[in-house]
Amino acid sequence: MLHLTEEESFALGDDAPPWLAMAMRIVAEAARLLGAGGLIPITSAHIDGCLYHGDAGVHFVERLAQLGGRVTVPASLNVGALDLIHPDLVRADARYREMAGRQMRAYTQLGCTPTWTCAPYQVGYRPGVGEHVAWAESNAVVFANSVLGARSNRNGDLLDICCALTGRAPLYGLHLDESRVATLRVDVSRLSPALLAEDAFYPVLGAWLGAACSGQVAVIDGLPRDVGEDRLKALGAGAAATGDVGLFHVSGVTPEAPDVDTACGGMPPAHSVTVTAGMIRAARDALSTSAGEGLDCIALGSPHFSDAECRALAGHLAGRHARVPVYVCTSREMLARIETDGTRARLADAGVTFVVDTCVVVTPVLAAGGGVMMTNSAKFAHYGPANTGYASVFGSLADCARSAVAGRVVRDETLWR
Amino acid sequence: MAGDAEGPLLNLDEPLSFWGGVDPATGVITQPRHPGHGRCVAGTVLALPRGIGSSSSSAILLELIHNGHGPVALLLGRADAILALGVVVSREMGYGTIPVLECDVSALPRVGVARVHAEGGVTVFGAAS
Repeated sequence: MLHLTEEESFALGDDAPPWLAMAMRIVAEAARLLGAGGLIPITSAHIDGCLYHGDAGVHFVERLAQLGGRVTVPASLNVGALDLIHPDLVRADARYREMAGRQMRAYTQLGCTPTWTCAPYQVGYRPGVGEHVAWAESNAVVFANSVLGARSNRNGDLLDICCALTGRAPLYGLHLDESRVATLRVDVSRLSPALLAEDAFYPVLGAWLGAACSGQVAVIDGLPRDVGEDRLKALGAGAAATGDVGLFHVSGVTPEAPDVDTACGGMPPAHSVTVTAGMIRAARDALSTSAGEGLDCIALGSPHFSDAECRALAGHLAGRHARVPVYVCTSREMLARIETDGTRARLADAGVTFVVDTCVVVTPVLAAGGGVMMTNSAKFAHYGPANTGYASVFGSLADCARSAVAGRVVRDETLWR
Repeated sequence: MAGDAEGPLLNLDEPLSFWGGVDPATGVITQPRHPGHGRCVAGTVLALPRGIGSSSSSAILLELIHNGHGPVALLLGRADAILALGVVVSREMGYGTIPVLECDVSALPRVGVARVHAEGGVTVFGAAS
């Protein structure tokens, strides 16, 4: 039974502004469907609904904007379907551009901040431990929960903006203490230190976790204490793409897991699994749908590349020029950051194309006709074939740089044996 | 979300992300890694163990209902807020609604015509061609 406060009930009534009533009807109906006992006030929202999929999504947000809606909490925006800085990069007809642009504009009219990034947590949107938020975009949700210790469910598009307008989210799932307790211990201590030291291990571990352990909250035991945010970002994005993971813990690293016991709520974990090199190898292989050396482009930045990842790519390219198109998807904020230290110019000189505000897997950027796309992102590798028509090859960032220069797929297999 | 519906049963063994998995214009399953690749969800009673993946799946379901290529009912092994939201917003926008039921989809037959009852429950009869 859903209990609403007086203020929340008012929002549903005839005296409330129509935009608020519409948003509250949707939030309350979602809460009822989910069996939530009530709503919880939120401190921020991250909105995924600004990507164009068809006209219904445009009409929905334009109705809220025409009714005079305004968000009541800070709301960052995920990627849209257009690169507003480099508009010619997106291959689309006038109607697609018009509708996608209308959708993006309507969200800003509602008072959302035009961050246009799937990694808002790397451009200053970082809720604190225990803060209740309503985030959407699967990788952002898992990062907010796992790495920042904030509390968000895996909200769908459409609900996200309604939460931002009402300042409320359905109180269920990952907002509750009991849903955040780890039920599965994932032991990675048998894997070689060399593998754990490789960036490319983390998206693969995530892809394995999502496919093998969906529906559970895992605590990963045995990762280095200094595993950085870019690696956790890649891990979460992989897990949220292949499964429905909204939260994982890393023992000794993430805020709710000072150790395995605490993450498991003081109880022994219900399940335990020891990850082997063979499991990781199989998960890595499952990320590729092409086996040969053929290569048509490199796609990087899902989630959006950080400045550190851009610098790492520049290091791997080491002044050499790419023989196939290399796309780096990032935010306009990161692009500004790498301008100042010369990284942007170094990458541009090497033949890198920057895609901002959007990415190559959500909107048509890659050349028509398909081919083979190489990436170091589990999320790109997973969704690329369906969304772009390109076969995917997964490799490390070093593999991607080497392959870009060679014009064919070159992968260092030694780590994965 | 209750309601009457009837259509050919499309019982998918594997979870599916609608975004990156179903073409929002046609309802065809485009994820080559999914065993249902190439099948079309339009007009079916669609049974899924659960939704996975992208939070854009609610928006894809909204588009499908709006353009007439959606399933006529959704049977989910586990309640999924993301997919149900697409139906809630579809009703709010006046595009119509479809029943969404939580049920043991693994107990359903592979093929047949499924009838979803407004008072709850699903009957599957006949063999689909």
